[in-house]
Amino acid sequence: MYKILATETLTVNSKLFRVEAPYVARKARPGQFVVVVVDEQGERIPLTVADIDAGAGVITIIVQQVGKTTCQMATLEAGDSLAVVAGPMGLPSHLGNYGTVACLGGGFGMAAMFPIARALKQAGNKIIGIIGARNLDLLIWEDRLRGISDEFYVTTDDGSKGRKGFVTQVLQEKLEAKEKIDLVFGVGPVPMMRAMTRTTLPYGVKTIVSLNPVMIDATGLCGVCRVTVAGETKFACVDGPEFDAHQVDWDQLVARQALFVPEEKLALARFQERIAAQAGAKA
Amino acid sequence: MPKANFSRHGMPSQDAAERIKNFGEVALGYSEEMAVEEANRCLQCKNKPCVDGCPVNVRIPEFIKAMREGDFPEAARIMKSTNMLPAICGRVCPQETQCEEKCVYFKRGASVAIGRLERWIADWELDRGVELPQLSELSGKKVAVVGSGPSSLTAAGELARMGHQVTIFEALHRPGGVLTYGIPPFRLPRTVSGAEIANLQKLGVDIVYNFVVGKTATVDEMLADGYDAVFLGTGAGLPQFVGVPGENLAGVYSANEFLTRVNLMKAYAFPEYDTPVKVGDRVAVVGAGNVAMDSARCALRLGAKEVSIVYRRSRTEMPARAEEAEHAEEEGVRFLLLTAPTKMIGNDKGAVCAMECQQMQLGEPDASGRRRPLPMPGSEFTLEADTVVVAIGTSPNPLVPRSTPGLEVSRHGTVVVDPATGATTKKGVWAGGDLVTGAATVISAMGAGRRAAASIDKYLKGEE
Ligand SMILES: Cc1cc2nc3c(=O)[nH]c(=O)nc-3n(C[C@H](O)[C@H](O)[C@H](O)COP(=O)(O)OP(=O)(O)OC[C@H]3O[C@@H](n4cnc5c(N)ncnc54)[C@H](O)[C@@H]3O)c2cc1C
Ligand code: FES
Repeated sequence: MYKILATETLTVNSKLFRVEAPYVARKARPGQFVVVVVDEQGERIPLTVADIDAGAGVITIIVQQVGKTTCQMATLEAGDSLAVVAGPMGLPSHLGNYGTVACLGGGFGMAAMFPIARALKQAGNKIIGIIGARNLDLLIWEDRLRGISDEFYVTTDDGSKGRKGFVTQVLQEKLEAKEKIDLVFGVGPVPMMRAMTRTTLPYGVKTIVSLNPVMIDATGLCGVCRVTVAGETKFACVDGPEFDAHQVDWDQLVARQALFVPEEKLALARFQERIAAQAGAKA
Repeated sequence: MPKANFSRHGMPSQDAAERIKNFGEVALGYSEEMAVEEANRCLQCKNKPCVDGCPVNVRIPEFIKAMREGDFPEAARIMKSTNMLPAICGRVCPQETQCEEKCVYFKRGASVAIGRLERWIADWELDRGVELPQLSELSGKKVAVVGSGPSSLTAAGELARMGHQVTIFEALHRPGGVLTYGIPPFRLPRTVSGAEIANLQKLGVDIVYNFVVGKTATVDEMLADGYDAVFLGTGAGLPQFVGVPGENLAGVYSANEFLTRVNLMKAYAFPEYDTPVKVGDRVAVVGAGNVAMDSARCALRLGAKEVSIVYRRSRTEMPARAEEAEHAEEEGVRFLLLTAPTKMIGNDKGAVCAMECQQMQLGEPDASGRRRPLPMPGSEFTLEADTVVVAIGTSPNPLVPRSTPGLEVSRHGTVVVDPATGATTKKGVWAGGDLVTGAATVISAMGAGRRAAASIDKYLKGEE
């Protein structure tokens, strides 16, 4: 069992956990993730390591509530435990000195982007941070990202904070204005990463994305995470999760992610009923 | 000399129509009376050909003799002197190509049912509480065993028996390797494998889960951390694909994914358990080994209306255990033999809806000694399938080899060892099982674990 030492509610739909996982904390590097199972009946889900305290043997993970497992996790507090925290999985980010790097984060990807952007900053890059959400209440770790960025932008779909619009619009303007950007890095929902790909492709700026296909073991055993990159099949859990966005077969990724959506909805609905029943019993 | 008796006792089984509705065990096991009767058929041959047919040389005529004398504890003791997991082996070994093939009754199709007797005596003992073997004095030496499949479990058990302190490091959250994530409970009930694994733990073997060697720590780090020797038994878990267009469509599973969902993650109990599995009405399983049969039979139990095995060679070349192919056929699995997929076809949502296939014919024998399948031009046809499971083989996972300098690996990705000892090219590191041989059998993995344990013991005592 892996003990939760502290939690923090970040937004209405995301929560931070500091979890005791000494082996993972010793080895994890920016860009890597862990596999988490909540309890005996649980499924295996990948979660990005958002911060590492190697000395204390503690990692930070951030969960956005989308399905049954993430909603169930959100009910856990300090003192509770997770059944499984395995890793670190995947390849660490390539942390060279590229010059100027635009780091884009959306949804949980704002937090997932943070350790990578910080490491890129430490490697000597100039960081243009661009994060976005539907509205200001959904922004995660804005201060931390601002703190390590040389230039920083916030966008919201409704204009409640920063620019009204999408992160890719800021990127587009900078590229149009021929500002020097040597590398674009992005973590977030597929539509955002796909839009980034469309934005940078005409300018030929190298673009790296951290993909989030369905995973089970995350050790290369099952192949559920396979993605086609430059015409070749890759297992995102061991060959990734970062890939050249311009080479990714996005349609395939979307189709593969959609396969279990009805089952995910069913599991979530059942879970919500159970929680409602429990709340009813208490009241 | 006892009189020859050609009537081999049949195995009581769940009825096919009934069993495809559940995940309960198919073969129900002999009664004591049947077991003793079957034991009485053994001719107790002086030259013991059956023992040579067994990769761990179980003392077959001896345990059978004890059985028919009614001395079941002694029979169990003889069995366990060379095989630590007999309740598992009795259920999953391909006896017809091993011990039972060497039986003098084999040619008459009536070999003594050695596997069924092994299973019976092992179950008899599990029911009564297992007698633990005598442990040697503690050596003070520490051994790390990587993986918890049959080769690792055997190596760990033997080493613990020899007095060494053994820790197993397993990547997944459950022990057993293929026994847990691959072989379905209707062939190997988890109470049986669980009990045999628990007995090993009683010898003092410690298991650390969620530890991915090569990621969580490297072999070199483990050696530097105070382990005196390392045994690698990480299996051959990397799925191979056919390499035809459309193989990454949604609804195309590797057998490992399909079986892992069902068996390790208990998707058959979704939504009680969180992991789902989706099985369409028409399922095509590519391949004809045990893995393919297991996938096909799981699909039936999960509600598929029509399940086809698609295999490019003929019935005689099918690598599955004979009993599994028979059971699959009884349950209604269709066999499309001499048929190979050429393309997977998707619908507008990017999900598979059909498979284009081609008829094959057999040519000259190839490197495997089996006749090579050759495509028949113009024989293409379309097989409707909303779920496809690819079960054409696996190779070793490269995580450990790639993170372990000094470990020699063949071009097939298998780890190179001295076959007599299991020693790798790296000092202090041994390997065995599917990682060394490529996908093989439970019993050959166990044999390798046992040989490596003996060699590690010598090394730790400074004798090698
Ligand atoms: C579906 C299926 C059905 C089968 N049916 C039969 C049958 O009926 N009869 C038969 O004899 N054989 C059968 N086999 C083959 C048999 O199961 C294997 O030959 C045998 O299990 C190999 O044992 P092993 O110990 O080498 O490895 P495995 O059983 O593969 O175990 C390897 C273990 O190592 C772990 N591991 C891998 N990498 C790492 C790492 N980096 N760090 C830590 N742990 C790691 C894995 O998670 C796994 O638990 C079947 C195989 C499958 C897939
Ligand atoms: S998640 Fe199973 S191979 Fe990648």
